[in-house]
Amino acid sequence: MRRPLIVFAWLWVGLPLAYGLVELVRRVTPLFTS
Amino acid sequence: MGFLDRSRTVAPADWNRWLIPPAALSVHLAIGQAYAWSVFKSPLEGALGLSGTQSALPFQLGIVMLGLSAAFGGTLVERNGPRWAMFVSAVCFSSGFLISALGAWTSQFWLVVIGYGFVGGIGLGIGYISPVSTLIKWFPDRPGMATGIAIMGFGGGALIASPWSTQMLKSFGKDHTGIAESFAVHGVVYAVFMSLGVLLIRVPAEGWRPPGWEPAAAVVNKMITTANVSARNAIRTPQFWCLWIILCFNVTAGIGILEKAAPMITDFFAQTATPIAVAAAGGFVALLSLANMAGRIVWSSTSDLVGRKNIYRIYLGVGAAMYLVIALAGNVSTALFVVCAMVILSFYGGGFATIPAYLKDLFGTFQVGAIHGRLLTAWSTAGVLGPLIVNAIADSQKAAGKSGPDLYTNSLFIMIALLAIGFVANELVKPVNAKFHEPAELEEASR
Repeated sequence: MRRPLIVFAWLWVGLPLAYGLVELVRRVTPLFTS
Repeated sequence: MGFLDRSRTVAPADWNRWLIPPAALSVHLAIGQAYAWSVFKSPLEGALGLSGTQSALPFQLGIVMLGLSAAFGGTLVERNGPRWAMFVSAVCFSSGFLISALGAWTSQFWLVVIGYGFVGGIGLGIGYISPVSTLIKWFPDRPGMATGIAIMGFGGGALIASPWSTQMLKSFGKDHTGIAESFAVHGVVYAVFMSLGVLLIRVPAEGWRPPGWEPAAAVVNKMITTANVSARNAIRTPQFWCLWIILCFNVTAGIGILEKAAPMITDFFAQTATPIAVAAAGGFVALLSLANMAGRIVWSSTSDLVGRKNIYRIYLGVGAAMYLVIALAGNVSTALFVVCAMVILSFYGGGFATIPAYLKDLFGTFQVGAIHGRLLTAWSTAGVLGPLIVNAIADSQKAAGKSGPDLYTNSLFIMIALLAIGFVANELVKPVNAKFHEPAELEEASR
């Protein structure tokens, strides 16, 4: 029920969160490489 | 109140409950920006000639207002409903940025303090508690997971805002007009982003239950009540104050590490064969943010399976053991130090996210949002207590000529003691005395 709306709503919040996580991983990398 | 009225938010029969978590997340991911305020500190200091203490004022006032508005606005949120609360939160949080933009543009720092700190802070407090009781009503079978998703958003908000705001300041410039433009864009974007929550949020219709779920069958644990306690009565119960102590000391212990994470890991390994570089210390801080966020959803969801009292036994008991390992053998291995700190921070996040479900178990769903708001004063207290303990002890040890892990040993043992007190408080939590329960007819109305 209301599947397109559910997909849209989760993308609305999921995409910014994914951006934040990618940036976080980029900051964490030096801890294991230096 | 028309569109914002609680009666206009009652869900139609075909409304899907999986639309409620993204509605809650759209608010929590936005207001979680508060923990990325440090991005604006240095540009503001340069552009308006402020000291470090002055540039921290908007954030500090914001956190104070978060606690106050959650504590005093909780009953209003319960009465007017989640859409009203999310709307008020979006208006206050976004206007806070717009007022701050005006302040930066005209170089009037007091406008930034009032805008971001006072007006925006009200948005933080109302927004933080806005979806809690609605989520619990939609997910009576998994309240820990539901509130864990929303409160994870508060942790995730800074992860998004930190790189985004940094990039924006790079584009617009770090002078006062660049900062003003960045604030203005934040205000507009957050207003649009939070509007999803205002539009999507619904309260379940009276008598709605998840398919196949029966409340009577679910209550096999005497620690989960079917009765209801009002917010006014809740603060008169010993259970409320036990939970207050648990939250306060669990958060104090987490902040103890979070506050000085980068200098702490550097100092611990300064005199070893593997000193930590500045970039690596930054990576450690980022890793703690991830543990904090993951703990909110993972541990809170686990509490649905093992019970709220048991999960707090883990947060407080295992948390104290992790602190002990850091105190006694933290400088033996970087991996050991990082893993222990991550576990502690995951418990810190888990403690935040599980507390609404613990409140629901003890006090029912009647005014759980308002009770949660009052309990958040424990957070404000811990926000002062944690940094005070760690900084004061580290400074005094440094003055006494100590260095390395010795700077933190006393703080770590104080944290262990606080967690032990929290553990005892958790053991003292028993079902609420029936004299505090609401009359049966009121309980029916609340369902």
